[in-house]
Order: sequence, then structure tokens, then C-alpha cells
Amino acid sequence: MTDNEKQTDSTSIELLSFRVGGQDYSVDIMSVREIRGSAKATSLPHAPFFVKGVINLRGTVLPIIDLSARLGLQTGEDTERNVIIVVDLGGRTAGLMVDAVSDILAIPTEEMQPPPDLAADEARTFVSALTIVDGRMIRILDLEAVMPPQGEEVA
Amino acid sequence: MSDPMAEIRASFFIECEELLESLQDGLQMMDDGDTDSETINIVFRAVHSIKGGAGAFGLDDLVHFAHRFETAMDEVRAGRFHPDGEAIRLFFTCADILGDLVRAARDEGEVPSDVTDPVLAKLEKLVGVEEEEEEDLDFTPATLSLDLGGLGGDLPDLGGDLPDLSALPATGAEDDDALPLMADSAELTAAAPIGTEPLDIGAPEAVVAKGFTVFFKPEDTLYASGNEPLYLFRALRDLGDISVVAHCGDLPALDTLDPDTGHLSWTVTVHTEEPELAVREVFEFVDGLCQLDITPLKETGAPIAEAPAVTAAAEAPAPLPPLDFAADLPSDLSSAPTAELPPLTPAPTAPATPELAPAPLPETPMAAELQPMPEAAAAVPQPAPKAAAKAEEKPVVKPVAKSEDEPGKPAASSAPAKATGTPTQPRATVRVDLERIDRLVNLVGELVINQAMLSQSVTEAGLPPNSPVSTGLEEFLQLTRDIQESVMMIRAQPIKSLFQRMGRIVRESSASVGKEVRLHTDGENTEVDKTVIERLADPLTHMIRNAVDHGLESPEKRLEAGKSREGHVTLTAQHRSGRIVIEVSDDGAGINRERVKAKAIENGLIPADAQLSDSDIDNLLFLPGFSTAAEISNLSGRGVGMDVVKSSIQALGGRISITSQEGKGTTFSISLPLTLAVLDGMVVRVDDETLVVPLNAILETLTLTDNDLKALGPETHVVQIRGGFVPLLDLGAELGYRQPLDSYVGGIVLLIGQEDGNRAALVVDAIEDQRQVVIKGLEGSYGRVPGIAAATILGDGQIALILDPTDLVGQASGRTRTRQPQPALVG
Repeated sequence: MTDNEKQTDSTSIELLSFRVGGQDYSVDIMSVREIRGSAKATSLPHAPFFVKGVINLRGTVLPIIDLSARLGLQTGEDTERNVIIVVDLGGRTAGLMVDAVSDILAIPTEEMQPPPDLAADEARTFVSALTIVDGRMIRILDLEAVMPPQGEEVA
Repeated sequence: MSDPMAEIRASFFIECEELLESLQDGLQMMDDGDTDSETINIVFRAVHSIKGGAGAFGLDDLVHFAHRFETAMDEVRAGRFHPDGEAIRLFFTCADILGDLVRAARDEGEVPSDVTDPVLAKLEKLVGVEEEEEEDLDFTPATLSLDLGGLGGDLPDLGGDLPDLSALPATGAEDDDALPLMADSAELTAAAPIGTEPLDIGAPEAVVAKGFTVFFKPEDTLYASGNEPLYLFRALRDLGDISVVAHCGDLPALDTLDPDTGHLSWTVTVHTEEPELAVREVFEFVDGLCQLDITPLKETGAPIAEAPAVTAAAEAPAPLPPLDFAADLPSDLSSAPTAELPPLTPAPTAPATPELAPAPLPETPMAAELQPMPEAAAAVPQPAPKAAAKAEEKPVVKPVAKSEDEPGKPAASSAPAKATGTPTQPRATVRVDLERIDRLVNLVGELVINQAMLSQSVTEAGLPPNSPVSTGLEEFLQLTRDIQESVMMIRAQPIKSLFQRMGRIVRESSASVGKEVRLHTDGENTEVDKTVIERLADPLTHMIRNAVDHGLESPEKRLEAGKSREGHVTLTAQHRSGRIVIEVSDDGAGINRERVKAKAIENGLIPADAQLSDSDIDNLLFLPGFSTAAEISNLSGRGVGMDVVKSSIQALGGRISITSQEGKGTTFSISLPLTLAVLDGMVVRVDDETLVVPLNAILETLTLTDNDLKALGPETHVVQIRGGFVPLLDLGAELGYRQPLDSYVGGIVLLIGQEDGNRAALVVDAIEDQRQVVIKGLEGSYGRVPGIAAATILGDGQIALILDPTDLVGQASGRTRTRQPQPALVG
């Protein structure tokens, strides 16, 4: 991790950008473990609506988050062409189901701006910063907020 | 070889744990009124062995404490002191502290002397012995770090002074390539000091009036039955200073030497205050296997008796032919390890070297645990120490290996157990790193999945059921299952160690709240997965403390209630229908339901007008933030109690339940799966989902007919099964896969039985298979899902969820009764 940071300018970060629900989002590439094709998920009972279920990732159980549902965007058709981005956040691993992965971008930190405060959109809480690349607005995802709640209370 | 001392040290501490366990056992037996001398001996020997080992490592604190504890136990053993309940409690405390000291020594920590000293003082006051002058506790670990390189230089000198020593081992060292039992270099270092200062035994200059001269000549049968003079001498040393002289006069020439016979005898001078009986006791186990003369020492007898003996020892080697090339040996050996010496087994050196026995040898209990290291023969240039080391090891290991029919395998822990006479069962065991076992368990898990995938492919390939492939696959399945079970057996351990820890918790917590509590345990030999045992420790500790602190009344109140002054806490373990059930019960006042309810209302956990059944109230105890203790005690009662216990039990795939009777006591019952890795399950299909239902929960399966189904109210159905009524649950609807069906006639039902005897009928769409599945936890990656125990991977690579029927039924029935609503799932 530190190696990569050294390679790029210390003032820029690398992002993996992808499309979901017709919008451009991105995540810090350091939290991405792998990208894989869609697989049939086993649905979990009593799960939040955006948790698609779990899949078998080489012998481990990987929960899948339907990102478009999570962000409150219109849910596209479940297609075979969906892509799962496996992300790791503080030891927790989850798969984000997105429409397509687009690019890897190196963004100088000064070009990142906080999202404007007025947006009352639900997706607003999941965006930690915004930036513009080639005239397109890229939303930088707040992974922490997207992850499914851990160990919900069950009395 | 990485630091060999560290390895020996590590095995010493493992040994200590076992000794501590038998110490606890012994004390428990004494506490239960068994004052049999063998029981007392068990206790004595455990303390004694710990002391001995600790001395070798220079663990002074430990030695000091163990020594004084041992002295006290010796009083008991000698029948001079008859321990009562109070004394035994004190012994327990001592055992606990001894355990602390061992652990402190292991982790290089320290136990403050203000913990040990008062107990020691009490002990001595009680037993009535003054602290003796510290006997030779100074085992000087310095000799252990002796540099082998320097030894080479010393050797020739030695050869001059003591030709017997260097000659004997050297010759023995030559021909051992074939010998499987070989000392490793750890012992070389350990044994090295012997070679350099062989006669520095005890303190001969101390002229003490009291003592005995012991003439000891072992018969061949003594060696054959696994005895070892070294240990006898060491036991003698514990009585007082000793000096040992070996008589090698009977040694035949090397070429006529019969390796299976002993030729040595010894004269041991013991300076001790102990009576002759004590000295005789040392030889108790070799009674009849040796010639033994014990004569009291005269005033100035010691030095005189010694003088001729020493010369005898020096002269003895004269008849040995190989003496001549003793001086050349070191250089010879390093260049040509296969020197043309007459073939010899090292056995003759074995009886020859024990004359060195009382020298401070560090390897006492561990000698036999060292790994056999055949390459040592060629690799080690110093023949003398090696041979000496081997001689040390050989007599110990060989008989054991023989008795186990496993020649060449050093039967790790049984050997020292036998040799030092600890009561541990002499069974051959191997200590294996837990990681290796876990790896094996995981691999077997993968094997099971793989096997499932293979069967699926074979089925899909459409091969006839009786084809060789299918038959072979059946056998494969059987084998996989056997392997699986065997691997699981490796991980299983008796729950005893955990129960013993609880004994301590009871003693400490009862002391701190001023109650008299007796712990009863039952089913200690129930075997449970090691991980389960480890992870049970915390919750169980908490429950035991709760039982002592909240469960039991104060002695006065107990007397008022017509109970015995002493409270009883019972801890039991047993296997019940594929699970292990652990119960913690007390004979206290039971749960004060009025107070519990009031408290719950006060804490806002339930609405003030809630109508709760008794068991509902009992279950309030498991709610977070609940504590009834009016005042917070040291032990428990901070409100982080039973809910934590419950969640740790649930994390283990277990359940906890509570029953209580006013005035009679409370019982907590924990039910746990035997293993955390695999289960037998029935694969069922509901809607489009595949689920696995644990087989041990299924009582029977049936197809519903119109007659079976009875409606109960608008929504609920019950199934009539042989005169009983069982609630019907639609699995698909319960798990939210689909809407409840209009009619369940013709549906397939699994009859689920629970630990509490309740039953439920689960409607599924189809039963697909019955197979062993590998459990993959959901908690780690996602979190707990109500009604779901875990997940598994099926033959087609898909994940299937494993049902937790009890949880599911609990959830479902919770909806029809007044129970706090499920907290909304956060989204």
C-alpha cells in the first residue's frame, strides 16, 4: 500500500471508477481486492433490501451489495454482465455489484471537492468527495457507509 | 537447531500444566475425603516434579514456593499432619499460586511476593514446620550455557584425570548410526557439564552427623522394567546433600560386554535429617530389583568412606581396552566418524554413566521428549558429551518404547510420566502444534466439498447407479467421513481442564464475597472441540461468578432457609443428541422474578404493563444492560453480564437457557455443537433457495394430508402427529422467500425437535439430499442472520444457508406471543 502511494504523487490518489445506475462512481483502488463477474447469489433472509445475498468466493462466503439499490438509484435488470468489485475495508470483505467498471484514475487531492451540502438525495451520504474527469462528474464512494451493518442486534 | 534450551523449556512448561492438573485432581480427591496415601503421593509428586524441573531452569521464585509447598505436603505424606477442610483449601490456594508462578515463569512475568508470602506463612503455621534451610536449590543454570567449542579443549585433560569417563562414552558413541534413539544437541549442552565436572556432586565437604550410606546394586531387571538409577539418586538428593560413588569394578572388557546387563553399583552417602524410612521410600519402586543396603552414617564416616571409593572409580577403567585411544578420539572422530571400533550398542554406557546422576541435570522430566536425531552421530564432533547424553536418555526411553510396541518412537509424554512416577496415565501421546491440526481440519473440509462436487458431476454425467464409479464414490464418501471424524477426534479434548479452572474461580469468588461454596463437577471427561473449550472459558467464568455472587445466598440466609451453610454449585457436561450440554446450577434462592421484572421495567427494557410468563422473565436476564444486584460487587453486576455470555455462546453456535425454581436454585444450560467445522444436514429446497437443515434437529419427515392439518385461528396451523399438535411453520414464509401458501395439503414437512422438547413442523418444497456439509460462518463476513446458523458450499459451488431450527422456531413463535418486537433491521 505504501509503495503505491510513493509511486504516485503524495498529493494524488488512484481511483477505480465504475458505472452504477447510470452514474459514475469510484472507490480508492487500495481497497479493491479483485473484480469478478457476476454470480448467482444465495439470498439471505431478513437481509436489508440492498444485500443481494452471498456468493462463494473461492471457499469463503462473500456478501454482495447491490450498489444501485444501496444508493437509491433505479435498479437495472439483473444481467450476466454485472460486475462485482470485491472490496476490503478494515478486514471486512464485501462485493459491490455494479453495472460496469470504467477506468483507473489518478486524481490530485486538490481536485477533489466535498459534495455540496444541499443535496438531500439519499446517495449524498454515501459520497465522500466529488471530482471532474473529462467533463464527467465522478463521485467518490464512502465505503464505510455502503458496507452492510455488522452484527445487527438480534434479541 | 534453534535454541535447544527454549525447546526444553517449552516442554517443561507443558509438563507443568499436566502436573498442575494432577495436583488439582489429587487435592480434589483429598477434599472429597480420600486421604489414601497414593492420593497424597500424587499431590506430593506433582509439586515435587515441578520443583525439580524449575530448579533446572533457575526459576528461583517457583522453586522457592514449590519447595515450601512440598515440605508441607511432605508433612502430610509422613502422616505428621492431617489436613482438614481449611488446610485443603489452603493447599488449593497454594496450587493456584503455583500455577500462577509457572505461568509467570513461562511468560517471564512475576508474581508479587505479597501474594505468595502470606500464603506460605499460613501454610507453615498450619502445618507446623519452620522454613528449612534452603537445600541445594541452587541448580546454577550457568553450567547449561557451557560452550561446546570450549569443551573440545577440555576433553583431553579430562581424559587424563578420569580415563573412565571419556573412554566409556567415546567408545559408545562410535557405532550408533543404526540407533534410532539419539540425543539431540540440546542434551549435549545439557550433559556437557557432566563431563567437565563429574564429581561435583552435592557437597562432600559438609560433614554432617546424620545420614546414611546406601549401597545400591541394581539387577538387570531394574533396567528392564524401565527404572533409572538417576531418578533414584535425584530423589535422594531431595532428602539432603548426597555424594555418589560408582563401582565399576565389575565392568568386563568391552569386547565381552553384554549390553543388556548392568555391571555397576553405587555407594551413595546421604546427609539428611530424614529417617531411614524416607530413604527406603525412595527405593520403594525398585524393591526386589536391586541389592540395597542402608546403613546409618557415623560421625566422621562420610569422608572416610568416600576416599577409597573414589580411587576405586578412578582405577576401575583399567581393564577397558579402548582406553588407549581415548586421547586421539576427538580428532579421529570428526574426520572419520565410522572408526573401526568393535561394534557396541550404547547400552553398556547407560549403566556406566548414572554415577553422574546427581549432577544438576536440567533435563529431568523431559529427557525422553527430545526428538530422535539420527544425524547427530555424524554431525557432532564431541563424542564424549554425546555419549553421556545418550546414556541419559536411553534407559528412560527404551523400556517405554518397548512397552508401547513402538520402537524408535520416543512416546513423548509417557516416558517422563513413568520415570518420575507422576500419576498421569502412561499412554503414548504426541504433542502436535495446533496450527497443524487446524490445517488438517481445513483440508479435510475442502475434501468434503470436493467429494460432494465429484458426486454431483457423476450424477450429472448420468452414470448408472451401480457403475463402478458410483460404487467407488460411495467408498470414497465413507472414507472421507472416517477421516473427518478422526480429524475431529484429534481436536477433541476432555473438558476437564476448563472445569478445573472453574474450581479456582469458585474458590476465589466465594472467598471475596464471604460465602462458603463447594463446586461439584460431573462429566469432566466429556470431549469437546478444543476451540469450543477455549471460547467457553470466559462465558463459563462469568456464569460461575454469577452463581456464587447472585445465585447463592449468604450463609446466614441459607441457614434461615433451612439449607446447609455451604452453598453448592454444580458444573456438568454431557453429550446429548449430537451436542454437548453444559449446565451450571446452584442451590441458591432462585430468580426473584418480581425483582427482575421491576428492574426490567425500571431500566426501560419492557413496558410497565407487559404480561410475561416466568420463563420470559427469566430470559430478561439475557438482555443487554440488565443487572439485578442491588449493589455492584467486585465480582459481577456491572450489567455487562448475561447478554455477553449469551452472545459468546451464540457465536459458538450454541444456545443458552435458564430454569429457576424459587428457593431451590437456578440452572443455566448451554448446548453447543460438538464441532465447529462440519455437520450432517438434509438439503432441502424452499422456493428457489437451497437450505441445509441440521440432521440432528430433524425427528422425522412426512407429507401432510388434509387430516393432519388443523387450523388454529385465522393464520396459524397446527399439525396433528400421533395425537400431539405441533405448530406448522412455512419455511419459505418465515425466511421471507415467499408469501404463505393457501393450502399446505400435500406439502412436505420436517418435524423439528429441540433441546427443550418442543417440536415444530417446517414446510419445505422438496428434500433433495442428505450429506455432510462444511460449516462456513456468516458472522465474520456479514453478521448474524436470524434463523440461520451458518452457510456452506454445495457441490455445485453455490452457497446454501444452514438453518438454525431452534432459533427459527423461537423467532416464529415469538411473533404470536408478547415478546419484545424484533428491532428493525438497520438499512
